[in-house]
Amino acid sequence: MLVGVDVGGTNTDAVLMDGPRLINAVKLPTTPDVTTGIVDAMRELLAELPAGARADAVMVGTTHFTNALLERRELAPTAVLRLCLPATQLLPPLVDWPDDLRDAIGGFTYMVGGGHEFDGREISPLDRGEIRRAVADMRRQGVRSVAVSGVFSPVNGEHESAAAAMVREEAPDLRVCVSHENGRTGLLERENAATLNAALGELAQRTIRGIERAIEELGVDAPLYLSQNDGTLMDADFASNFPVLTIASGPTNSMRGAAWLSGIRDGIVVDVGGTSTDVGALVNGFPREAAVAVEMAGVRTNFRMPDTVSIPLGGGTVVESDPLRIGPESVGYRLLESGLVFGGGTLTTTDVAVASGRAQLGDPQLVAGMDASVVRRVNTEIQRRVETAIDRVKLSRDDVPVALVGGGSILLGDELAGASEVLRPENSGVANAIGAAIAQVGGQVERVYSLEGMGREQAIADCSAAAVARAVSAGADPATIEVVEIDEVPLTYVPSNATRVRVKAVGDLAGLGGSAR
Amino acid sequence: MWQATENELESIAIGAGILGTGGGGNPYIGQLRARQAIRRWGPVDVLAPDELPEDARVVCVGGIGAPTVGIEKVRDLQSYHALRAIEDFTGEQATALISNEIGGSNSMEPLIAAAMAGLPVVDADGMGRAFPEFQMKTFFVYGVPCCPMAVADEKGNSVVIRETIDPRWAERLARSVTIQMGCVACYAVAPMSTEQVRRTAVPLTLSLARDLGDAVKSARQHGDDPLDAILSVCPGRVLFSGKVVDVERRTTAGFARGVLTIDGLDANAGERMVIEFQNENLVARHDGAIACVVPDLICAVATDLGEPVTTELMRYGLRVTILGFPAPELWTRPEGLAVAGPHAFGYDVDYTPLVV
Repeated sequence: MLVGVDVGGTNTDAVLMDGPRLINAVKLPTTPDVTTGIVDAMRELLAELPAGARADAVMVGTTHFTNALLERRELAPTAVLRLCLPATQLLPPLVDWPDDLRDAIGGFTYMVGGGHEFDGREISPLDRGEIRRAVADMRRQGVRSVAVSGVFSPVNGEHESAAAAMVREEAPDLRVCVSHENGRTGLLERENAATLNAALGELAQRTIRGIERAIEELGVDAPLYLSQNDGTLMDADFASNFPVLTIASGPTNSMRGAAWLSGIRDGIVVDVGGTSTDVGALVNGFPREAAVAVEMAGVRTNFRMPDTVSIPLGGGTVVESDPLRIGPESVGYRLLESGLVFGGGTLTTTDVAVASGRAQLGDPQLVAGMDASVVRRVNTEIQRRVETAIDRVKLSRDDVPVALVGGGSILLGDELAGASEVLRPENSGVANAIGAAIAQVGGQVERVYSLEGMGREQAIADCSAAAVARAVSAGADPATIEVVEIDEVPLTYVPSNATRVRVKAVGDLAGLGGSAR
Repeated sequence: MWQATENELESIAIGAGILGTGGGGNPYIGQLRARQAIRRWGPVDVLAPDELPEDARVVCVGGIGAPTVGIEKVRDLQSYHALRAIEDFTGEQATALISNEIGGSNSMEPLIAAAMAGLPVVDADGMGRAFPEFQMKTFFVYGVPCCPMAVADEKGNSVVIRETIDPRWAERLARSVTIQMGCVACYAVAPMSTEQVRRTAVPLTLSLARDLGDAVKSARQHGDDPLDAILSVCPGRVLFSGKVVDVERRTTAGFARGVLTIDGLDANAGERMVIEFQNENLVARHDGAIACVVPDLICAVATDLGEPVTTELMRYGLRVTILGFPAPELWTRPEGLAVAGPHAFGYDVDYTPLVV
């Protein structure tokens, strides 16, 4: 059996899954140290463990590291070593960071000779003397963590690896991250991600060890995995080295969980909360990623968030009837005091849903006298807004299945334009934890190929093989691995017919009996 | 005269994105570089063409290379190095710089070199929009020689192309050098005279970009319609408003070609616009009839925010409004149309000026 845990800002949810069956779900408040909340939730969850059953693995999704960045706390003094000279000097490392975050990590930056051209040639030889001087300076400054970035390291990572080895040799106590392990071209974004990763390293190691120990103390003998941004898992050691890969995992787990609960692999998820509605597209069971770079704590990174459209419409959204106006204000979590059906004085979308008979909540008598034409017009308008949002995230004109999740989904009828069917899965309140529990193991590789010497198919095959190998090394069962995404971008203005290929492969965790997929 | 300070850069980037007509590259890196240059060397004076001294020597600078490489090996001070190389070769000192292309990231290049060299920038450029190829500049159409020109990298290498038989050859040679240099070079063309700038440059385009950006930002702040704000700054009209329903792309010979299909909403409900692009938007058809054609500007902006949408970001579901602006007059004469009219891009369509 699998245990999925979602540590959110407010609640820690835990679910117990037996293959495709949800056995039990628990929701408890999140604790400041994270670990206590996880232990409490798991203890309650496992109390219901059927006789003879055991937990085979624990999967945790957490926003803990994201929050550390947002609050600029528990970050290690971090240096950035860029291998680039004489290129890129006008934009030194951390150039587009918010001042307070740069200060929070110390803001130590070094640029030295090294790095590569787009076709793999060296910009200049690696300047070992300068690297030694930089490391000596880092030690003087009290730096504890280093991010190494090299120009075009996704094409050729040798300089980064050699520089990292030098840093480890000169200063074995420094934690070192290299940027090419996070893929993707885009120097500033990739370097920023590596730097955030370096700054989070100590906190990640401490937190993840803490969770591991806590699981042990519960008497659970099962490996720990963390969910990462793209909806796949990493083991505890890997996660200790790459905490930055968790920072966008929340929305991904939510959509993956909704996909699982509804059985939709290709379609739309509409998550209606108290204040807003998030609408996103599922492709092959994974959320579609946004095309533009994601800002995390004010820093541009090369990570992609699920591409969702958010509209200010939820169960607590305030309605004015004359003239008709719906939101954007919401009574939010105060709905249970302020809504008319709960004896409050504010007309909300939930009251209209009750008046129209769509929802049974509170005291329907309190809205019995509502003008039928207002009810009709509000429902029509809510429907129109959600349908517009669905249409914006759809990938084509075809009708697709739509899953409605979240407490506010009572506002919507069972017919939506653009939907081939409308599904309302049960247990959608723990979608995030389920998303963590059902996650697979993946590998993603991005490379630039010149098609002069090889065909397109050959380039894609080479990149796919690398992605599969990475998935296996991350713990995937080779028999279950499939390539789920191939993205090819021909490079314009490069006559050598170069193309950038990105491949993602995923598979089930190796060594698990039953599959939740 | 006005000064380009750090504050103006964001507005210029938004305006340059609109004038980029779907191409021109993302100005984010360029904007960041210009910000660094201005922080380091101070703001840049911007002179209208009629404010130039009569004996000015004006050097056109621009980036050459691949945008996809430029996000990784981000440009440094190549435009400054190219400027110095052409000065050395010609023995003439530049007294001002000018942009080759106001649309997209090239709008920032002269500001960076000018900040470092302590020179002013002319409020004008060689396109008044964005175009894919080097020879598509009003300067060259109206008799300014494209050579000698210098191409420089970030390492200290520079090459001067002394003479070519036409601007296409200059593009071809400069591009092969650029690839060897690692695909993010800059070029500088031998100085123009004041008379040449006034006669052949598209005037006041840097302030137009700034004003467009200011209008969009202020409309967003005050909750006004950004499209009205754009049209109040730059005379033009809404060609179509709707939703992207299809984007067909293919890359041939280094250019991103494709077809964009938009189904109408609101006033255009039930109608369709089809736009053909080659890096930039070139031909727009409204229910089959030509609505706007190059060199007139076909600009796509997000309907709600007025944010320019480049062709690489186009995809199903986006709500876009297509704006048309009349081409700068220099492009609508026979000499201009021969270089950048619909026939020059291989379309069997005659140019009919957009009526505003």
